[in-house]
Amino acid sequence: MSDYIIETIRNGIIETLEMTVFASILSYIIGLPVGIMLYATSKGRILENRPVNLILGLIVNVGRSLPFLILLVLLIPFTRFVTGSSIGTVASIVPLTVGAIPIVARMVESSLSEVSPGIIEAASAMGASPIYIIIHFILPEATPSLLLGAAINVATVLGYSAMAGVIGGGGLGAIALQYGYYRYQKDVLWTTVAILVVMVMLISEGGNLIAKKKRK
Amino acid sequence: MAEVFKLNHVSKIYKNDGKEFPALKDVSLSINEGEIFGIIGMSGAGKSTLVRTLNRLEEISDGSVSFYGQDLSKLKPKEIRKIRRQIAMVFQSFNLLGQRDVLSNVMQPLRIAGIPRAGRKKKALEMLKIVGLEDKKNEYPSRLSGGQKQRVAIARALAADPKVLLCDEATSALDPKMTGEILELLKEINETRKLTIIIITHEMSVVEKICDRVAIIDDGKMVEAGEVKEIFRAPKSEAARKLVFPSNPFDPSDEESRLIRLVFDGLAANRPFIAELVEQTGKKVNILSANTKSVGGIGYGQMVVELPKDKKEQELIISFFKNGGLSVQEVNEP
Repeated sequence: MSDYIIETIRNGIIETLEMTVFASILSYIIGLPVGIMLYATSKGRILENRPVNLILGLIVNVGRSLPFLILLVLLIPFTRFVTGSSIGTVASIVPLTVGAIPIVARMVESSLSEVSPGIIEAASAMGASPIYIIIHFILPEATPSLLLGAAINVATVLGYSAMAGVIGGGGLGAIALQYGYYRYQKDVLWTTVAILVVMVMLISEGGNLIAKKKRK
Repeated sequence: MAEVFKLNHVSKIYKNDGKEFPALKDVSLSINEGEIFGIIGMSGAGKSTLVRTLNRLEEISDGSVSFYGQDLSKLKPKEIRKIRRQIAMVFQSFNLLGQRDVLSNVMQPLRIAGIPRAGRKKKALEMLKIVGLEDKKNEYPSRLSGGQKQRVAIARALAADPKVLLCDEATSALDPKMTGEILELLKEINETRKLTIIIITHEMSVVEKICDRVAIIDDGKMVEAGEVKEIFRAPKSEAARKLVFPSNPFDPSDEESRLIRLVFDGLAANRPFIAELVEQTGKKVNILSANTKSVGGIGYGQMVVELPKDKKEQELIISFFKNGGLSVQEVNEP
């Protein structure tokens, strides 16, 4: 491999990390509250509200059932509106975030559902308000499970970021596509794939380790 | 004596798929300040629902529940939360926060009450001292035994100085030794802090150890209520008899013979009745089972005896016991 290619791959790693980190953070900023709402408004929960739950659930389900590649294309006008461009690393963060939000929301909802109803009952009996119960009882109890879910989500976003290469996003995905697929440079293709695999493994193992340490 | 809780014709009906399940049927009772009140019944009798109407974790369908004269069903969510801070609760499954250490678990209700951090810590340590777990303050609940977890739960319940403590099967997940320790602790707290305690249980041994009064719940109805000694001496309802008397494992040795149960309290427990029977009438009975226990400091016992076949002899023996002041009951079940 030439120095040029090595330099390109090095940049690709940085771009991929940029996309993954920012899209993950942004998707949690929106997805976490949505997931909490999904959980709290469902039947038998502390803020049971059927209409809110149905509408949120519908939006999340539609978001999740769209293939990410289609979402990328559909979101081009929106991406251009937000970032002023539809290609490049920064532009990729927009569809990545939008695509990850429904996944994050469902993951959060399922983590929170694992919290024992007895703990919520104990909190209610202490005279805590629903918001207090969510912040001080449900979220701390669900923390290890939320962390495990986060590791899975970050790995998913990383995978999606490679797909963003198809419509002009940067990162390792774009390199694999341009050099490996269009130019038949198998060594570049396999190198980028290997790097992506290692990155996903590091993220999920790291997540498991933190979750295990956190679980008392 | 002030009335803490007053239940007036309380009913609760669960609705599910258009079908109705009555969980409580016309329950009326009152609980006085400073007493330990037991609510006993078989599982599914409605006692857990009943205790949850006291802090409105369960809404009632009919009737009224009042706490120090305040009708709970008329309160707004914010007001009921304030009342709940005065009604602490401990559970069979402890319900401690697994991700928080013992100290922060005990501090929770103080935080809810808006007490500043320094005050919370001081109060929580004080509570841990009462339950004897000061040295475990930095442990996590998963490292504690069942009895220790329940002690932490009790410390947590007491932290915000409640007026009442509700115990929902608080000892049912514990072994007999730990159960005894927890009950002693509750009794001590009742005496030193003048705390009203309401105990839900399916075990008569819990009631006989610490309760002053007891209500017996069967199939959603309150079938009997009164002083524990009174109910032990003369249970009136079928449900009460089932709980008070252990079932008799023996069949009569002959179809003709008859089994009776003798029940004696304090005074009578000191007299040698069977010996007197033999001495004075020359009749003999066969003792199948017998036990005595102390309920609220009063000796109390019961004995199942088999009478001879002859009807006349049976009547003679029964009237001898009755004249002696014992309560005599037929044992019908095999």
